[in-house]
Amino acid sequence: MDMHQPGAAALTRGRILIEDVVKTYPTEGAAVMAVDHCSLEIEAGEICMIVGPSGCGKTTLLNAIAGFHAITSGRIVMDGETLCSAEKPKAEPGPDRIVVFQNGALFPWKNNLENVIFGPVMQGKLARKQAIDKGRAMMADAGLAGVERNYPGEVSSGMRRRVEIVRALMNDPKALLLDEPYRALDSLTKSVMHEALLEIYYKNKVTIFFITHDLEEAIFLGHKVAIMTTRPCRPKKVLTVDIAHPRDYSVLTTKRFRELIEETSEAVHEEALKAFQAGEREG
Amino acid sequence: MRKPLRSLLSSPVFWRGAVSIVAFVILWELGARSKQWMAPELFVPLKEMLGAMGFKKDYLPWIGVVPAPSTVLIAWIAVLGQGGYWQSWYMSLFRVMSGFVAAMLIGIPFGLLLAVSRTAQGIGFPVFEVLRPIPPLAWVPASIIFWPTQELAISFVTFLGAFYTIVINVLGGARSIDLHYFQAAQSMGSSQWDIFRRVILPGTLPSIVVGSAVGMGITWEVVVAAEMISGGGSQQSGAGGGLGFFIWSSYVGGSYEQIVVGMISIGIAGFASSELLRWLGRYVTPWLRVR
Repeated sequence: MDMHQPGAAALTRGRILIEDVVKTYPTEGAAVMAVDHCSLEIEAGEICMIVGPSGCGKTTLLNAIAGFHAITSGRIVMDGETLCSAEKPKAEPGPDRIVVFQNGALFPWKNNLENVIFGPVMQGKLARKQAIDKGRAMMADAGLAGVERNYPGEVSSGMRRRVEIVRALMNDPKALLLDEPYRALDSLTKSVMHEALLEIYYKNKVTIFFITHDLEEAIFLGHKVAIMTTRPCRPKKVLTVDIAHPRDYSVLTTKRFRELIEETSEAVHEEALKAFQAGEREG
Repeated sequence: MRKPLRSLLSSPVFWRGAVSIVAFVILWELGARSKQWMAPELFVPLKEMLGAMGFKKDYLPWIGVVPAPSTVLIAWIAVLGQGGYWQSWYMSLFRVMSGFVAAMLIGIPFGLLLAVSRTAQGIGFPVFEVLRPIPPLAWVPASIIFWPTQELAISFVTFLGAFYTIVINVLGGARSIDLHYFQAAQSMGSSQWDIFRRVILPGTLPSIVVGSAVGMGITWEVVVAAEMISGGGSQQSGAGGGLGFFIWSSYVGGSYEQIVVGMISIGIAGFASSELLRWLGRYVTPWLRVR
């Protein structure tokens, strides 16, 4: 068995169960439903890609797991521990679930290394000195040697994303929650970032919950791809990508990859069309 | 700052600026001396034409009555040796700095408090917004009545000049910090105090710098006017009452060159203090220096 398949390795942390989660936003008049009875199982150490058109409610789901927003009903469980439910609608944000935001949230006033050591120092897990040593090592590992003393504003956007992922991993999280982290990058940088992310992932096994609207990105990276319906958001189709990890860019030209794209693109296109038409109506 | 002299001298921006200033001074000198090289009769037809259109001749300004830069320079050199001139500098500078520092010390915490606490905002902001549109100079008479000494009264008015700007900038700056910074800090285990110290404070710093620079400019405007209105303050010591009073007394005394000396002195003082603040600002916000 391939050790890079989730569940095969000794990894037992970071299993996320999303059970029947509903999120409605109260507005004037009728409540708007953002997430509709959504259930999804994410294995420990799995890369789960969430695909859906912009504004379909995927970020709402991510915010619920991260503990930034409350849910209306349902339950989210991580490793047997209930994060949030109808009784306790808002999960407590914590270092076991770190979000990498769409536009990045590195502190611009701290240099890259200071950003990277922020978590462990805040939590008192490491002394500053040790945190600096570990941060330097992890940055070097991610190809970031030499920019430790630079401010995030001084390095390229691709590098910033890598710094942010290293900052997240320094917290030793069970899960990384990535909210379209490569959306703002050009396609060439993006392809480099995908391989870099996989490389980081192979070294630090964590569960990855990755939101995107890019189907190719989803199938290239993910063990599992959940295609979501548009507002309200729920899985329309869940696909297991049977291409073995470790993957590199040669995967993109394989027959299986193309087949998987063909199998799913119609579902994605349908939802995109619905989202577009809904937008037309609102506009 | 760290630019070597050579790169300054080879910079077109520097030369454009230098040429512009020199040309301005030459034109001013020529204009001020126009009585000597230009026959006033030349303008008679123009004046008559304007007169026919209903303008009175007296309404026309004439740059010839303005003191020339050369005479200003002579007057300036003369006052450089006088204690009164430097005393004026000192007094204005002292009032500006005391008002400004007080505005920083009170304004920054007040702005931050309004930003982080809804209760504080609910109580403090309405009063602030009612008082804010009142120009600082409108406070001069009330301030003279209220404060025991005129010195305190003038400092208070300069304080007001900077205070509102600083508070508004701090408040706006703190509010515009990206929500994701708070969420990231919270996820990584920051306490409320950590978030205040490591997110709100540095996130607001650029706005504090901007607010201070703008506030400093207003402070100089206010102090000069306040000195003119109040008569310059402590007269009993025989010392002058600041640069504003220096200008006013030069005007009253008919020394027109000295008026210009006073004006340029204030220009220099304002420019120097803004430059100092900009330099300090760059120093405390090193991440904004990049690119």
